[in-house]
Amino acid sequence: MNNASTWQLISCIMRRDLAVALRRRSDIINPLLFVVIVVTLFPLAVGPGPDILGRIATGVIWVAALLSALLGSERLFRDDFLDGSLEQLVLLPAPLPALALGKIIVHWLLSGLPLVILAPLCALLLKLPMDAWGVLMLTLLVGTPMLSAMTAVGAALTVSLGRGGALLSLLLLPLFIPLLIFAAAAVESTLVGTSAYGQVLLLAGLMLLTLTLAPLAVAAAIRVSVN
Amino acid sequence: MWKWLHPYAKGEATYRLLGAWLPWLSGLAALLMTVGLVWGLFYAPPDYQQGDSYRIIFIHVPAAMFSMGAYTGMAIAALIALVWQIRTAEWAIAAIAPVGAVLTFVALFTGAVWGKPMWGTWWEWDARLTSELILLFLYIGVLALYYAFNDARTGAKAAAILSLVGVVNVPIIHFSVYWWNSLHQGATITKFEKPSMPPEMLIPLLICIAGFLFLTAALVTQRLRNEILKQELHRPWAQQQLGVEVNHGV
Amino acid sequence: MAFDSWQEAIWMGGYGFYVWLSFGVSLLAIGVLVVHGLLTRKKLATMAVQEKQRKQRLARRQQQERELRSATTE
Repeated sequence: MNNASTWQLISCIMRRDLAVALRRRSDIINPLLFVVIVVTLFPLAVGPGPDILGRIATGVIWVAALLSALLGSERLFRDDFLDGSLEQLVLLPAPLPALALGKIIVHWLLSGLPLVILAPLCALLLKLPMDAWGVLMLTLLVGTPMLSAMTAVGAALTVSLGRGGALLSLLLLPLFIPLLIFAAAAVESTLVGTSAYGQVLLLAGLMLLTLTLAPLAVAAAIRVSVN
Repeated sequence: MWKWLHPYAKGEATYRLLGAWLPWLSGLAALLMTVGLVWGLFYAPPDYQQGDSYRIIFIHVPAAMFSMGAYTGMAIAALIALVWQIRTAEWAIAAIAPVGAVLTFVALFTGAVWGKPMWGTWWEWDARLTSELILLFLYIGVLALYYAFNDARTGAKAAAILSLVGVVNVPIIHFSVYWWNSLHQGATITKFEKPSMPPEMLIPLLICIAGFLFLTAALVTQRLRNEILKQELHRPWAQQQLGVEVNHGV
Repeated sequence: MAFDSWQEAIWMGGYGFYVWLSFGVSLLAIGVLVVHGLLTRKKLATMAVQEKQRKQRLARRQQQERELRSATTE
């Protein structure tokens, strides 16, 4: 039995999560596909006029991102809870918040980061003016880690419930709203012509705060759910 | 230093203490609210700009204040429940949440109805209104989580975690009028400056605020006593309280 | 009074609808809370009585079984 250091434990858990997730490609692709579908449906419903589309583009992309985060939330803890590995996670000699942060990062790599790469396509489909594309990707880059962190809190609280789906949306909605407002405002200010620098900076600050505090809440929630 | 609090971890002690307080809290609430609301509705002078519609303030401001105050109380109870595992604190979360939710609804509703003649719109997505709406969702979420679990203690702990996660919203509501200069007006009453309201309007407002304080306390006390009874229903003292004769030996 | 007559008080300078709607709904909401608390208390009393009756039935059944068993072993 080798003496695994804390960092080795965390990286081991992260690699395991990554490997398991990559085996179920559909779990990764489905939420991204969902975003693209939503983005495709809006021009069909609202009409292809570039002025309307361009104005709602930011909101539609961000709301689609939030909804797809809700869709992909089960992946975080449900399987581990069902086969008992969540309990084992609690028993590891590494601090549970650190393990939770590791899981959040892996979740983000597979859900938030692909979304940042997908953003130009969505922006194109929704006729968002090109000078706002950069800021859109930046807000997604900075905001989606927050999304993963908050989704993790909600998922950890409801993992032991049988049908936690609607409850999860209700729990996460109050937490998502500020993120949505700031991210959309940042892109909007670019469209209007003012600099989005301040708002992106604020978003980055919020992201760091969330990534610091959310793992504590996730760890507490995991402990509660596992008992 | 906190030793005197320890007996109240037991449901029965808290129940009896609250039972002694409840008549006073309800009486003061009824008295202060009647005096304050009647004064504000009929005796305070009309506002120079808003005419008589400003009288909604006598419900709107106290309700909004205590919607935030109740959440803070709930978060403190949540902290105590999580850290010290005290069951009375867990039950307090379930007692405060419905009261806070109703207060938040009242604040939002009266604000909307006041806003229509004043700003010309029932609703606007400015920072304070939005964060108050978020507060309502948080209250509902805490309640939903509390009752979603089969085991009451797990539910209480999960609800406690959610309350603490959401408490960051309370300072956002409070400071939103300073950070974002948008639709909702600034603070009327601050601790350090002369209030921007004349005394003929300020005094009934303060009375209403005091009335709402005791109202919130009385409502929470009533609900907490009910929750204690519900959780301790199998104990003789609870059955006695509910008027069931306790037959020792059955 | 700040108003010259009761009609003026109800009219509230044209804002009567808004003022009375706010006050009415708010007091109604608070009233619902109070009534719900009182009804819950009544329901708890009924639950306590039912629980007591259930325990009594159980105790009687156990007593009967004990008597039956001691009767058959004799």
